[in-house]
Amino acid sequence: MKKIGRREAWAGYIFASPWLIGFFVFMAYPLVASIYFSFCDYSVLKPPVWVGLDNYKALVNDDLFWTALKNTLLYAILALPAGMATAIILAMLLNAKIKGMAVYRTFFFIPSLVPQVSLAILWMWVLNGEHGVLNPILNPILNKIHLTGPNWMGDPNWSKPALVIMSVWGVGNAVLIYLAGLQDVPTQLIEAAELDGANSWQKTRNVTIPMISPVILFNLIMGIIGTLQVFTVPYIMFPNGAPARSTYFYAVYLYDNAFRYHKMGYASAMGWIMFVMILVLTLGSLRLTEKHVHYQGS
Amino acid sequence: MKSQHKENTLQKFLVQTALVVLSIVFLFPFAWMILTALKPLDETMTMPIKWIPSKFLWGNFLDAIKYGHESVGYYPFLVYARNSLVLCALIVSGTVASNSIVAYSFSRLRWPGRDLAFGITLATMMVPFPVLMVPTFALFRHLDWIGTYRPLWVPAWFGSAFSIFLLRQFFRTIPFELTEAAKIDGASEWRIFRTIVLPLSKAALAVVALFSFMGAWNDFLGPLIYLLDQKTFTLSLGLQFYQSQNGGTSWNLLMAASAMVIAPVIILFFFTQRLFIQGIAITGLKG
Repeated sequence: MKKIGRREAWAGYIFASPWLIGFFVFMAYPLVASIYFSFCDYSVLKPPVWVGLDNYKALVNDDLFWTALKNTLLYAILALPAGMATAIILAMLLNAKIKGMAVYRTFFFIPSLVPQVSLAILWMWVLNGEHGVLNPILNPILNKIHLTGPNWMGDPNWSKPALVIMSVWGVGNAVLIYLAGLQDVPTQLIEAAELDGANSWQKTRNVTIPMISPVILFNLIMGIIGTLQVFTVPYIMFPNGAPARSTYFYAVYLYDNAFRYHKMGYASAMGWIMFVMILVLTLGSLRLTEKHVHYQGS
Repeated sequence: MKSQHKENTLQKFLVQTALVVLSIVFLFPFAWMILTALKPLDETMTMPIKWIPSKFLWGNFLDAIKYGHESVGYYPFLVYARNSLVLCALIVSGTVASNSIVAYSFSRLRWPGRDLAFGITLATMMVPFPVLMVPTFALFRHLDWIGTYRPLWVPAWFGSAFSIFLLRQFFRTIPFELTEAAKIDGASEWRIFRTIVLPLSKAALAVVALFSFMGAWNDFLGPLIYLLDQKTFTLSLGLQFYQSQNGGTSWNLLMAASAMVIAPVIILFFFTQRLFIQGIAITGLKG
């Protein structure tokens, strides 16, 4: 018996070895090395030179760093709740028992399939200052309340909302996750609430939402991790964070430092700050929601 | 009872209306993309908007494919498409091969430290790519791999947390009696993996293949960092380059090219819908 256990353990290590190697080479090593680089002056062309806390001190005094950080957090504060609310509402609509539901589900899912580069180019055209199509559609409605559509791509106050609209358009992935969660809500619970005379809003508020709260938390955390790293779409749509650096995001500045200015040590320091922010926000949301998240069967 | 029934009908009607309106909103950008792609150039810029092209120029798609020449530093569409496909093939095969083997170990073999290793594996999903970017680049530069495809596909052959997790969840559901019987007959782990577990897991393997294809087809930052020569660019990179050179001019061709980058993904989705939805549900619920 013991011999079998030993053989199995060996097999276990051998089968796991691609990942064990991959983990050390492509995850653990870069993670540790980037701490070291963050304390160095490093251009990749020459060996790193230890400079202590210089990179971190320079970051504190770097206006562009603060701009990029503020832009990213502000974008997250706008995009995360907007995406979450839209996804939950769509999932609830799609959970109704109506003919042709499979087709509707496909419709809302398809935008989330669009590759980032195509997404950026498509919306550059939709939001285009001169020939964009969104404002001519909105204006007849807005004109009635004496407003006109904003200059989405040219006005620093509207460039972030433009990106939020695009992210909401691509919310289909989260919709499917919520939908799967909704379908797991036991029907007896809903029926019991109905017997107690609960109306639709009460059923949603007191039964459905608590029951899918683990899914909401999961999507929130994935959303935080993804949103703080947002790169491709703003990089393509808004060169150098135009207009007025309003779309110059954290990951874009990090990329520029690393590959445009070859300040690899500086970029590594930014990378570690991002990692710590993600850890804090993830653990923070776990802690804050502890009392409000209900796990079935526990 | 009757009023309840009436309320339900009304509710259904409202839901249906909301779905129709929202569907139009969500699908509109695609319609606009295709309509623009079919227009003659001057009609893309008329104000008020000319919604329907005076004639449908399907040839625009052909022009977008043929556009480009070495002399302008932009290569024809099919060069980029071929590069993307080659890279996707290398990445997808590596992802499926390595992660299925690793997931077998995590789900069906017992070894000291396994659960700890799996916990750490899951935690790596939180590590943002930018924090790994610089040392990984330095490593590949040391190997003299910059400008080749290797930095983009070699790591795919060494496993990734997400795919390991997905496959492990699935492998665990295969009854242990099936493999125990083979073990007693003296079958090796490799044989059990190949002849019992893999054939029963085709759906899960397809999900992993699908997601890794989408990821590779979509990737922009990776190729942006590692590819130097125009001739080796992927579609994502080629399209961005074309846009940055000619943005604001021939929107009809740009929309045609974008549509052709999107199309393979959507076609793939239509053929694999059920798998897709299962895969996403697994990642969200069991997470």
